[in-house]
Amino acid sequence: MIIELGHYALILALVVAAVQSVFPVWGAVNSDHRLMGMAPGLAVLMFLLTCVAFAALTWAYLNSDFSLLNTYQNSHSDKPLVYKISGVWGNHEGSILLWVLILVLFGALVAVFSRNIPQRLRAATLGAQGWVSFAFLLFVIVASNPFTRISPAPLQGSGLNPMLQDVGLAIHPPILYIGYVGFSIVFAFAAAALILGKLDAAWARWVRPWILVSWIFLTLGIAMGSYWAYYELGWGGWWFWDPVENASFMPWLTGTALLHSAIVMERRDALKVWTVFLALLTFSLSLLGTFLVRSGVLTSVHAFAVDPARGLFILAILLIFVGGSLTLFAWRAPLLRQGGLFAPISREGSLVLNNLFLTTACAAVFVGTLYPLVLEAFSGDKISVGAPFFNLTFGPIMVPVLILMPFGQLLAWKRGDAWGVAQRLTSAFVIAMLATFGLIWFMGVSTTSIMTALGFGLAFWAIFGSLWEIVERSQLFKIGFGRSMARIKGFAPTVWSTVLGHAGLGITVLGIVTTMAFESERVEVMRPGDTLEQNGYNVTYEKSWTQNGPNYQEMVSQYTLRKGGNVVGIMEPSKRAYNASGMPMSETSIATFGFSQVYFATGDSDANGGIVTRIYFKPLITLIWIGTLLMSLGGCIALFDRRLRVGAPVSARKRKGVAGGVATATPTPAE
Amino acid sequence: MTRKQKRLGLIGLAGLVLGSAVGLVLYGLSSSVTYFQSPSDIAEQQVEVGQRIRLGGLVEDDSLDKSRGSVILFRVTDQAEAIPVSYKGILPDLFREGQGIIAEGHMDEKGVFIADTVLAKHDESYMPKEVYETLKEDGHWMEEEQAASAEQSTKVN
Repeated sequence: MIIELGHYALILALVVAAVQSVFPVWGAVNSDHRLMGMAPGLAVLMFLLTCVAFAALTWAYLNSDFSLLNTYQNSHSDKPLVYKISGVWGNHEGSILLWVLILVLFGALVAVFSRNIPQRLRAATLGAQGWVSFAFLLFVIVASNPFTRISPAPLQGSGLNPMLQDVGLAIHPPILYIGYVGFSIVFAFAAAALILGKLDAAWARWVRPWILVSWIFLTLGIAMGSYWAYYELGWGGWWFWDPVENASFMPWLTGTALLHSAIVMERRDALKVWTVFLALLTFSLSLLGTFLVRSGVLTSVHAFAVDPARGLFILAILLIFVGGSLTLFAWRAPLLRQGGLFAPISREGSLVLNNLFLTTACAAVFVGTLYPLVLEAFSGDKISVGAPFFNLTFGPIMVPVLILMPFGQLLAWKRGDAWGVAQRLTSAFVIAMLATFGLIWFMGVSTTSIMTALGFGLAFWAIFGSLWEIVERSQLFKIGFGRSMARIKGFAPTVWSTVLGHAGLGITVLGIVTTMAFESERVEVMRPGDTLEQNGYNVTYEKSWTQNGPNYQEMVSQYTLRKGGNVVGIMEPSKRAYNASGMPMSETSIATFGFSQVYFATGDSDANGGIVTRIYFKPLITLIWIGTLLMSLGGCIALFDRRLRVGAPVSARKRKGVAGGVATATPTPAE
Repeated sequence: MTRKQKRLGLIGLAGLVLGSAVGLVLYGLSSSVTYFQSPSDIAEQQVEVGQRIRLGGLVEDDSLDKSRGSVILFRVTDQAEAIPVSYKGILPDLFREGQGIIAEGHMDEKGVFIADTVLAKHDESYMPKEVYETLKEDGHWMEEEQAASAEQSTKVN
């Protein structure tokens, strides 16, 4: 009964989506207030209906209702509660339903929180969001319905893939989806602006919070996926340039570019057409990602079921939206009033460079990801494009980004003074060099290659160059500590968000360079009592035993990790066999020392009681994820600031009072 | 600078960046791409020693030799040819005889494939797509047998 109710609610949601796709847009174009007024109510209704459907499916998982094909295939009554819940989206149908739930959630949020934006823009935006909702609701109902019953109902389910029984899975997909799908609302705003033919700085101000929210969650989702792969797969790698990872990374790159170009549009009323294009592009790449991941074109842990019909359906959605939005763009964009040009040496000039490099980097990733698919389709040759390709292409493109980032931060709007900025950054440069030499000395002069040293220099330059803005603005070494602190307290949130975002990127790069250059690995067969030495650590294999978990049996091996004679860690990696499927699964054991980690994974035992032990030493690896957390934090702070600005345009004088710090340092934009 | 000069400068710069990126991508695709080969491909074409390739096929029954400690020896077959593989490390959890796998590495002078990565993906019914297609093309794909074993593993107990 509950299942049928959920199914029914989902179909009703589709009908609501159809209504929302047509009437509000019609009303916006013809200035019909009654039709436009429908949009917010419909968006909220659609969200509530989808909630009912999602809740019904969750209910089936919680109660282990195996009369549902979906629960039978992906659940088991012995599963711990948290994995019964996360199992809802640990399969194709459920994950697409979650996708739709987040999609309509964003629609409802716009309906509720954007009361201040003009009615026409809001109605057209929700209408465009309705198109996306309609397409995906139709996909759920027609091609991947989670509410299909089986009869007779089996007594027990076949269990969730053990690899997915992990806390990482419980939170990684929802967070990543919020990022992915959040860009749909940015897309809807762009489509609405094109339909209405009105694009101004205010549009950028309304759309920026949505870009920021999506970007923050996409950043967190990618970082979390990377950490999950690192500790769960047992290979010790944190990024594989796997097509599935690239699928989420491409919208991140263009989304980051969009985040920056929207600032230029908001402040200077320039780059307008380009910003709209980026908004369309970013969502198109999100759809492409969904297609690559869910269609079964690629085989990976993310591709749950290979069903050509589904692949074709998502491909059709992809083509309609990409083709449609590009057509709309080509047709309407020339009608938009062009923004002014500006001096190349200026804040906006540097942001154009940022956009240029980020989109180029995205294009390189795009080619590397799709080339094997295209080549196979045309010539039948099977190739794999892996890390060497991406390191060769993506790496060099990002170098100028890191070099120029601190400059862009200090350049003034309108007309900057590159030479002056260079002089102001001299101290930051010196500090970065000192830090580089310090780290080289610490890691060992003889083992550091020139490339690694350059990598360190680049990372420290990005970190200290970004932090220098704080020193500059507070005049830390000029006016005394107390007065500087008072200035720091008065900073506008945007100062902190830029500094954290940029320094966070530098910290991530530092972690990447150090890990790539200095990680080491040891694989040995060890017998109880055996000791080995590596990187100053002593590892002793103590013993192993078997124990039972809630839905698996595991063999735990215990190792003692010593440094300088002191015990610094008891490591207990294990190998599990899951009861439901008999599927084996390794669990790693990781010890963290400062920012570095020692990583243990075990393999099979041999006939003589030995066990294959794999130990990785990963210097400063946690910096990779700490950096991404800082970037997200920067995004959150920017969001906090934006909240003051969302809504109706505020007069320039009033706004100056709100964002005091920014207004004093940068000329108030002429709008 | 006039408006026109600025615009030209911007276009020039964009062209320069894109041009270099295209160069990098083309160079990358020509130098750092690995080709997928089946055991028969290797036997026929004489793959160069040291060239990086991906080898895919089934792990031959009774070929797994773990007696040498952390170096593991086995043979990968497409039912026509079999190539000996040597791998130092921990095999994936789902590595079994009869299972489809992909190994990445290079051939040495003695005709042994030195693998640095072995992939047997995350699902027991998983068969790497390339392996599946090659086997199917060569007519060595045993539908019934594979289907039966898949059936067995998902059986309700």
